[in-house]
Amino acid sequence: MSAAPDLPLWAALLVSALVIAGALVTLIGSIGLWRLPDFYSRLHAPSLGATLGTGAILIGSMICFSVLQSRPLIHEVLIGLFVTLTTPVTLMLLARASLYRDRVEGNRAAPEHDPEPTEL
Amino acid sequence: MSLLRRILPHPLLFLALLAMWLLLMQSLSPGQLLLGSLVAFGGCWVMVALDPPPVRMRRPQAAIRLAGRVFVDVFRSNVAVGRIILGDAERRTHSGFMSLRLDLTSSYGLAILAVVLTCTPGTQWVHYDPARRVLMLHVLDLVDEKEWVRIIKQRYEALLMEIFE
Repeated sequence: MSAAPDLPLWAALLVSALVIAGALVTLIGSIGLWRLPDFYSRLHAPSLGATLGTGAILIGSMICFSVLQSRPLIHEVLIGLFVTLTTPVTLMLLARASLYRDRVEGNRAAPEHDPEPTEL
Repeated sequence: MSLLRRILPHPLLFLALLAMWLLLMQSLSPGQLLLGSLVAFGGCWVMVALDPPPVRMRRPQAAIRLAGRVFVDVFRSNVAVGRIILGDAERRTHSGFMSLRLDLTSSYGLAILAVVLTCTPGTQWVHYDPARRVLMLHVLDLVDEKEWVRIIKQRYEALLMEIFE
């Protein structure tokens, strides 16, 4: 962190704002895990951290290190890409496993049959 | 089969892997270009062994439009879900399952739709039945099911069909 004082004021403000915004969004997602009432609703909460939370922190990181080293450093896009591609796989597996189990055990959390398709 | 295809079976994959390598190494030096090309070349031939169904990308402009829409919608739904989480308890009880009929059949298109719907907070892809072409979703704010059908079919499915079918 010894390089931090070299950051010009405008970049320092921008980077801090982005990192704090990303951390806040991720925190709200984590609070959602606790506040939402059932398993299927809780599946929606972590995607806050995986999308906007990660995105804001990554953009902050890109600006910070690009300014410090005076050349564009954008390899953080790879983190964004891989998080975006892998999170849905986990969430879908969790949703389907839970649906299967709820149906086998006859829990009321899951509908016994698929709902009829909504037509426009 | 053209000569390019015989040497380099998946040119787009080659470029993507090379770009990934250069981003990881943070350098454009000739050595890294050569090493990255070798890695990407190997990756393409591994893909040949997997024999994926061919991709037909019809409209690259439509893909850019889709990316823009997804970007805006991810931002909006982050705000919407954040408000539901921090709002009063009553708002957190509107979640539920719903189904809709899809006209999209391309497996690449469906995969992208699955990533988009799951990455967007508020909608969660649960199950797709290819025989009936019915998709089952879990939605956090399920007040008007028709509104969600409209969003998915008009904002995403129409563009995905333009791109892949």
